[in-house]
Amino acid sequence: MSMLAYDGTAMLGRQLLRMRNNPGLLILTQTMPVSMLLFFGYVFGSALAMPGEAYRSFLVPGLLVATAAGGVMTGMFQAAQDTHRGVANRLRTLPMSRAAVPLGQAAADVVVTAAGTVPFLLVGLAVGWRVEGGPLRAAGALGLLLLFRFACTWAGMYLGLLTRNEEAAGQLGGATFLLPLLSSAYIPAGGLPGWLRTVAEWNPISAVATALRDLFGNAPVPDGAAWPVAHPVAGSLLWCAVLLGVFVPLAVRRYAHGER
Amino acid sequence: MTSTYAVLSEGLEKRFGEVHALRGLDLAVAEGTVCGVLGPNGAGKTTAVRLLTTLLRPDAGSARVAGHDLVREAAAVRRRIAVTGQETSIDVDLTGRQNLRLFGRLHRVRGPAGRTEELLDRFGLTEAADRPAATYSGGMRRRLDLAASLIRRPDVLFLDEPTTGLDPASRTAIRHVVRGLADEGTTVLLTTQYLEEADRLADDIALVDRGRVAHTGSPAQLKALVGAHAEVVVTDADVLAAAAGVLDRLTGAQPSFDRERNAVGAVSTDPTLTLPVLVRALDAAGVPLLDVSLRPPTLDDVFLRLTETGGTETTETETTAAGTAGEVKERAA
Repeated sequence: MSMLAYDGTAMLGRQLLRMRNNPGLLILTQTMPVSMLLFFGYVFGSALAMPGEAYRSFLVPGLLVATAAGGVMTGMFQAAQDTHRGVANRLRTLPMSRAAVPLGQAAADVVVTAAGTVPFLLVGLAVGWRVEGGPLRAAGALGLLLLFRFACTWAGMYLGLLTRNEEAAGQLGGATFLLPLLSSAYIPAGGLPGWLRTVAEWNPISAVATALRDLFGNAPVPDGAAWPVAHPVAGSLLWCAVLLGVFVPLAVRRYAHGER
Repeated sequence: MTSTYAVLSEGLEKRFGEVHALRGLDLAVAEGTVCGVLGPNGAGKTTAVRLLTTLLRPDAGSARVAGHDLVREAAAVRRRIAVTGQETSIDVDLTGRQNLRLFGRLHRVRGPAGRTEELLDRFGLTEAADRPAATYSGGMRRRLDLAASLIRRPDVLFLDEPTTGLDPASRTAIRHVVRGLADEGTTVLLTTQYLEEADRLADDIALVDRGRVAHTGSPAQLKALVGAHAEVVVTDADVLAAAAGVLDRLTGAQPSFDRERNAVGAVSTDPTLTLPVLVRALDAAGVPLLDVSLRPPTLDDVFLRLTETGGTETTETETTAAGTAGEVKERAA
């Protein structure tokens, strides 16, 4: 276990160094949700039945979760890149903990996400979003957000280890952009036609977005929704547990075994 | 260590679906020696390295590396080996210095910073140490890769085609380092397509063909087996047969024709057959000569003689010929 901690920290350090060496990419990924908040908030917001400021308050937690779901994409891309570049193979020949590589990567991803949340929420405050449910509940919301990011990154790393190819992972990763569109991240799912509403409500993103809105006090839990959305905090925790329970062992196994 | 062999494999087999990459590889590398694993593309060299470095699991057979069982004691094996593969395996988003420090940490090197500076200096990377490795040339990346493998001195170092695709200067630098390591007692197993390289670096050569070791011996033994390649170019196609007759008589080997160039060649294992002897014999037979050559064996010749794959690997022989030509120039310089 101490070996895992030691090597995991080394791998975490590696990922953070990579980002420090390439600040442009980091800035770009952090600007994305901010520009989406401004576009969606003011362009869509003006066309929706909801008043603009109410929509922007609704949108801030939704975009946080949609961005966290992007962990699938970064996890996938980085795992495929390491495999493609041969770094994964070198690490496999080292006398180090097998689980440390994905763990370090996921941990680094969480650190970066946490850091990126600060400027995003500052812009959110500027456009009218507020914490309306007390600091403890807000802290819970952030904790849940990071847990969800952690789980998504693990799923992404497993998929990246499967595809192995940087470009394929990049393209497939781009498709994960669609996932929040089929959820209540950007719009209330209640207005969707029957089957689409079911799909959206069983999308983990919806449960987490609803939980964040509930904990921040931005919007009430919708009535008559599917179980994970009707009980958003429990639903989100369960979704994270399922994702981690499935993808942590798969990714660790896949990573340790390589191509053999 | 329990054995005097740093690498000892028996009947290693590996399949990838339909492809039988290794069909019973028996390899013995004595401690402190350099073993050159020589073979064409697809012979199983890389698969062998991947098995012996715990990246792949054998389907059958067993091996001990640095005194530990490859499968049951994989972790112990990993503590004693280092690998530099064909493709660079450093993190190109990190600088040279960051790479070495990271691998130093992961290797549990005490004081990785000092060792890092030492290696940067030794591999001529000090100036570029703070640039991301993505900006390095191919040769620099390979040197950094090798430096990363040496951050903790391994008992057994595996090098998979360490000089393929490099410029002569980088090639020479890497060979220099390999020789130095061997002199310090590290066992080195290197795969190569260049006979010249194996000749210079290796104490022993294992010739791998179709997933098996086809031949082993010192470079001198292997060369003696293969012999030199004599080639005669004549002025006219009509006299090609006469030239072939002389070659046949002198070498006792089956001559091979290249009719487009009016050339005929044969392999000679007779050390007394020198260029003057050959020219005199041809002249005495009245063959109108345009060119005569007697050159040391190339990998092409080795494979024609000692393996079943032989000359079917045309692309292989081309690259080898180019490589050998490069060597000669390099040595002359």
